[in-house]
Amino acid sequence: MNFELIVALRYLREGRGQTALILTGIAVGVGVIVFLSALINGLQTSLIDRTLGSQAHVVVRPPEELPRVLTAEPGTLHGVIVQRPPQRVRSIKQWQQAREDIARFPGVVAVAPTVIGPAMASRGPGSSAVAVRGIDPEQYQRIVALREKLVAGSLDLTGFRALIGIDLADDLGVRVGDRVRLQAGLERTAVYTVAGIFDFGNRDLNQRWVFVSLRAAQALFALDGGVSTLEVRGTRIFDAEALAQRITERTGLVADSWMAVNAQLLVGLRSQSSSSYMIQTFVILAVALGIASVLAVSVVQKSREIGILRATGAPRGRVMRIFLIQGGLLGLAGSALGILLGIVLALLFASLAKNPDGSATFPVELTAALFLRAAATAVGVGILAGLFPARRAARMDPAAVIRGG
Amino acid sequence: MAEPLVRLRGVDKAYVDHVVTPVLHGIDLTVLPGEFIALTGPSGSGKSTLLNLIGLLDRPTAGEVYLEGRATSALNDAELTRLRARRLGFVFQFHHLLPAFTAVENVELPMLADRGRRDPELRARAARLLESIGLGDRMPYLAPDLSGGQQPRVAIARAHAGDPPQVLADEPTGNLDTESGRQVLELVRRINRERHTAFIIVTHDERIAHQCDRIVHLVDGRIVGDDAP
Ligand SMILES: Nc1ncnc2c1ncn2[C@@H]1O[C@H](COP(=O)(O)OP(=O)(O)O)[C@@H](O)[C@H]1O
Ligand SMILES: [Mg+2]
Repeated sequence: MNFELIVALRYLREGRGQTALILTGIAVGVGVIVFLSALINGLQTSLIDRTLGSQAHVVVRPPEELPRVLTAEPGTLHGVIVQRPPQRVRSIKQWQQAREDIARFPGVVAVAPTVIGPAMASRGPGSSAVAVRGIDPEQYQRIVALREKLVAGSLDLTGFRALIGIDLADDLGVRVGDRVRLQAGLERTAVYTVAGIFDFGNRDLNQRWVFVSLRAAQALFALDGGVSTLEVRGTRIFDAEALAQRITERTGLVADSWMAVNAQLLVGLRSQSSSSYMIQTFVILAVALGIASVLAVSVVQKSREIGILRATGAPRGRVMRIFLIQGGLLGLAGSALGILLGIVLALLFASLAKNPDGSATFPVELTAALFLRAAATAVGVGILAGLFPARRAARMDPAAVIRGG
Repeated sequence: MAEPLVRLRGVDKAYVDHVVTPVLHGIDLTVLPGEFIALTGPSGSGKSTLLNLIGLLDRPTAGEVYLEGRATSALNDAELTRLRARRLGFVFQFHHLLPAFTAVENVELPMLADRGRRDPELRARAARLLESIGLGDRMPYLAPDLSGGQQPRVAIARAHAGDPPQVLADEPTGNLDTESGRQVLELVRRINRERHTAFIIVTHDERIAHQCDRIVHLVDGRIVGDDAP
């Protein structure tokens, strides 16, 4: 063991009361940081998971049709009313090619073609406006984990079979094996057997979404082998916006990331994060001031001893490190305690915050990375906080000691 | 003549804060190996200031301090610190052991501070030293748990531990009873004889001064007497 570590440890032990007090302070600070981070990370992960549980990272669709203005002979003036063309389901031109291109983009995990369009679902007198989604179940599964959402029936969409949401099933009073009629436009209509019932945990989706096979949807919306959308999954969820922009640049298609679609959610997450950072900053500041003041008091109390050490041959740097090490050790020990405290708080919270059915509202995210970050921060802050007192100690005038000061 | 341990040539010292306080004036002094010197003078005459200059704890305002033939004014703090660690020993006025450390650790600490790392050899040396002055059984005691007579002897052991050629002591018996004071002087004298270590002892005590080989008398920052008693 080296000189400065020996002296630092001895001084911490000598000032037991002060050491215990400041360790408690650091532990509370680190505990708050760990707890808060675990809570907010868990909350955000679960919000994002829920959002992305039913959404692709990026949805690609054909470019907007520009309204066309027909002008009469040149030189004549016209009042022109521009109307958007009537909504209809449009196909992506050469979608197989586009799909292959996009699949080769770096950071793309899967691309699934889909046909999305509006329809009326009805059974007997009951009817409801729905969004039909034509999918290939195998491919779509890689974008949205549909299989995990099934509460009844199967994913088999061959022929005229459909998946409907649990709320639509309620509204129409249908079960697996029953039939529903889907009507798109005036003349195109078909009867489907309910193959399965899903639950996305979202009432709106459970009421409006109806999955059929790609081929059935193409027929329903007269797309004739075309698809209206390509749904993309990337490796990293927060790269989705950049990926969407690259897709637009390279293919000329419109690409919307989940981040653009859920801009509101992202603003919420961001302000949550920044308020959490602000709290953490203040906690760190308080911890730093606490450590610094304890060490500053210690330097004053020990000025004569420091003088003796300097006079009898301790170099400035070693004297300085005695106090830097104390700061670092306080940070290390305090963060160890604080991490334990944070874990206890987080688990306590998780056991209290339950849904009515007893399941956890969201998981707290206690990760090794979080602990490492907390410990590294505490050690760093401890050393930094020791800097000012340490410099003071190193500059102490040893001559004052002999004068009997 | 042997190479002097210390030589002061025309040394002045003034303290400068808000006002300038001149303390020492034109000091010339030479200390030879193995000398046993008393530094006497009225309170405020500059004894501690002079000892600080000899001990490289402070720098003169004018003149030069030579340590073992080497001018010290151009040395930086790290070099002066190394010289203090290896060539000088200090006994402070109120002994000033470090209270968080045991007797043997106090003796070991200056060597450790210089060396940087713990070394069983240093600990063994400190232990041997305490044994030799009859404090072997006090080694594991924390400094504050030692008696008033034991503390200065541990402080002397600490000053002597690195076997420096000279030890500076500022009123080492100043606040001791007669018996303890006698023991301290005896110990110091013994080290001086056995190891040929030079001592400069600041003292008010006439009896102690008269047991030294040479008395340097300071009045108002000037050496007014430098003789055998
Ligand atoms: N740091 C200082 N600043 C200003 N004056 C000082 C300082 N240290 C000592 N003095 C003054 O220098 C003079 C000599 O002090 P000192 O060397 O301690 O004398 P002695 O040890 O002989 O009693 C005294 O007048 C004292 O007030
Ligand atoms: Mg004095």
